[in-house]
Amino acid sequence: MNGLGRIFTMTVGLKFLMAVSGFILVGFLVGHLSGNMLLYAGPDAINQYAEVLKKFPVVLWTTRIFLIIAVFVHIYSGVKLSVLNKRARPHAYAVTKRVKATLPSQTMLLSGAVVLSFTLYHLAHFTFRWTHKEEFAGLGDFDVHAMMVLSFQSSVVSSFYVLSIVLLMMHLNHGLVSFFQTLGVNHSKYNGVVKSLSILLSIILALGFISLPISIYFGFVS
Amino acid sequence: MRVTLKVWRQKSKDDTGRFETYTPQNISSSMSFLEMLDVVNEELITQGKDPIAFDHDCREGICGACSLVINGTAHGPQRGTTVCQLHMRSFRDGEEIYIEPWRAKGFPVIRDLVTDRSAFDRIMQAGGFVSVNAGGAQDANCLPVPKQCADKAMDAAACIGCGACVAACKNASAMLFVSAKVSQLSLLPQGQPERARRVLNMLRQMENESFGGCTNTLECEAVCPKEISVEHIARLNREFASAALVSEEG
Ligand code: HEM
Ligand code: FES
Repeated sequence: MNGLGRIFTMTVGLKFLMAVSGFILVGFLVGHLSGNMLLYAGPDAINQYAEVLKKFPVVLWTTRIFLIIAVFVHIYSGVKLSVLNKRARPHAYAVTKRVKATLPSQTMLLSGAVVLSFTLYHLAHFTFRWTHKEEFAGLGDFDVHAMMVLSFQSSVVSSFYVLSIVLLMMHLNHGLVSFFQTLGVNHSKYNGVVKSLSILLSIILALGFISLPISIYFGFVS
Repeated sequence: MRVTLKVWRQKSKDDTGRFETYTPQNISSSMSFLEMLDVVNEELITQGKDPIAFDHDCREGICGACSLVINGTAHGPQRGTTVCQLHMRSFRDGEEIYIEPWRAKGFPVIRDLVTDRSAFDRIMQAGGFVSVNAGGAQDANCLPVPKQCADKAMDAAACIGCGACVAACKNASAMLFVSAKVSQLSLLPQGQPERARRVLNMLRQMENESFGGCTNTLECEAVCPKEISVEHIARLNREFASAALVSEEG
């Protein structure tokens, strides 16, 4: 079998695909959060940002297709490995006491599944405007600010967003550190820095995203 | 001291198995865990019952035969220690102790607490060796090895192949074992000629033996009695990447 075949069939190869695709998605989150922070610069800033994004359909669609491929690769490798991993222990222990494994590291499939469901809801909410048809009826094409303010006044919508972001943070908390280990980037020279920065990034991303519904819900932005 | 044991008993590979409870008397806190099991077995034999089957050989932490999951942790509560080197003083008086075999598809239970670990032998046969006879010791300066590499190779070579990494991993993955064997040889000059083939063949064999893949939970290095680091798994990943993608040999 040639090299590429091995990447797609062997566990370490599939893990590479998961790591690279996951990292691309993290890159997206960094960009997405930076854009969303414009909420704090007032309605015009964030609405113009939305308009500018739509002005370059080639760039927009290239990025979207690239991200969709990354999501598929990530889910394909994640689910395939999870099935193999579950099969490897058909008989569970009666008692399990972990020494070092963290909760996020053991619940990646679950946190990933929540993030996926959230992403689908999020697209239906703001991109396709299916979930809030009536509330968004009178709004212009690029009135992101109004959409956000209208939505996050609801405690149900806001709590769902916050909860999902917390699970995303858990996913990234392990995922980012794991990314480096999977790609073989492990040396006592810099391990401490890599781990701290990875966890810091997962926390910054989470706090940034959580701040949006929270500040609207509590009326700091209206 | 007194303890209550919940021991996994299984007559054969096909038996469904169940826990049985034992409350041995005459246990001293300075006994090793295996000596405590010996006492239980003597009592069972006196009563005309089947003794508990468990693996052991050297009883000094070097052969890798002993293999028990005690209260949910492979090799029990003490870090960097095989079960044979664990003592009853690590337990509280009156404690309830669950004893289970390694559980993995690749390590089927043969009887009670004994599993068939020949899968590790087959992984070794797939590449964990140097084919050419390395010959007698050469003049030391003919084959220079950086001190740091020799040290790392030595750390990896400490692996006794007990299988605790598999037992503790939530995916029953044998990556720590395979990585120790691959690292040991890839760091030394004698291991260079078969370097790419070795990593690919050993990993393929690991998968064929139904062990899972690594998800970097680090539980393996936490229970390893030889404290082998997951740094070797990172090296294995690098070896795999170069073997699969750029090596002339792979
Ligand atoms: C669509 C839903 C998702 C599912 C089902 C999912 C599932 C998984 C699974 C099963 C793993 C492997 C866990 C492990 O190594 O223990 C993983 C790893 C990872 N995920 Fe996700 N994930 C999802 C979404 C995401 C998103 C949105 C991101 C980034 C924003 C992401 C980033 C990562 C990273 C960086 C890793 C680490 C790869 C590695 O171990 O080297 N995932 N994911
Ligand atoms: S019996 Fe040899 S290592 Fe425990």
